[in-house]
Amino acid sequence: MPVTTIAGRDVHVDDEGFLTVYDEWDPDLARQLAAQIGLDLTDEHFKALTFLRADYVTQGETATLRRVSALGGIPTKELFSLFPKKPAKKMAYIAGLPKPHGCV
Amino acid sequence: MTTQAAPAIVPNFGDDATTGRKLAIICSKGTLDMAYPGLILANAALGEGVETHLFFTFWGFDMITKSRMGDLKFTMLGNTATHMPQGIGGLPGMTAMATHQMKKQIAEVGVPEVPEFLEQIVASGGHLWACRMSADMMHLSKDDLYEGVEDIINAADFIEKTDGAQLLFI
Repeated sequence: MPVTTIAGRDVHVDDEGFLTVYDEWDPDLARQLAAQIGLDLTDEHFKALTFLRADYVTQGETATLRRVSALGGIPTKELFSLFPKKPAKKMAYIAGLPKPHGCV
Repeated sequence: MTTQAAPAIVPNFGDDATTGRKLAIICSKGTLDMAYPGLILANAALGEGVETHLFFTFWGFDMITKSRMGDLKFTMLGNTATHMPQGIGGLPGMTAMATHQMKKQIAEVGVPEVPEFLEQIVASGGHLWACRMSADMMHLSKDDLYEGVEDIINAADFIEKTDGAQLLFI
C-alpha cells in the first residue's frame, strides 16, 4: 500500500491516491486533497463531506450520489456544481474514503 | 507540493481531457425491466462527466408520458429468464404481482422509481428528447410528457445533436 505525503503528513493511499485509513483524515487534510484537484472547499462542500464520512461509518461503504442527495439532503444539481464533472468520486477522494461501488 | 520528496499520488479525474465524451441512449421499450438499463447507464455516464442524451421512441415513450411513467409493468410472459412455466404468466393478476415484486426489489437496492430517476438524470445535466413520430402516432403533445423533456424532435435532429456520440439502442 503506497504512502504519500500531503500537507507534511504521511498518509496511506491506494494505487489511485484514495486514502485507505479512515482516521488519517481531518478537515485540514481535506482542504489539501481538494487543492490537489483544483477545488477550494466551502461550508457547503464540508456539509457533503461530513455526511459522507458519517454514512461510511454506519454503512461500511461510500455513499453514492443518490444517497447523498436523498439522505444527506443536498440536491444533485448542487453536488455537480460543488464537485464538477465526477462528483461522487471527487467527494469520496476529498472525504478520505474509497470510491463508491453502488450503481445508482 | 514542491517541498515533497516524492510527488503526491493524486487520482486522475480526467479534468484535463480535451475531447468531451458523449453518450446517446435510445430507449424504445416500455416495460419496467427494460426502462432501467438506459436510466442506470445514463446516470452512471453523467456521474463520470459524460454528456448524455436520451431519446424516447415507440414503447419507450411510456417512460416519459406523465400518465404512464409511474405505472410501467413487468410481465413474465415471453420472458424465459424467470424460469417459471410460461402458462403461469398468463393467469389473471400475474403481471400485477410480478410488477409489484420487481418494484420492491428495485426499491430495496435504493434505486428510485422511473419518474424520480428521470428527475435525477435531469438534475445531473442529462438531456431528454421525445420522438416526433411516436408523439404523432399516439396523439401526444409536450403537455402530456414529463416536464424534464426538452423537446419533441425527429430522428434526424437527434442524430445531429449526438454527433460524435457513442450510441446505445435499448
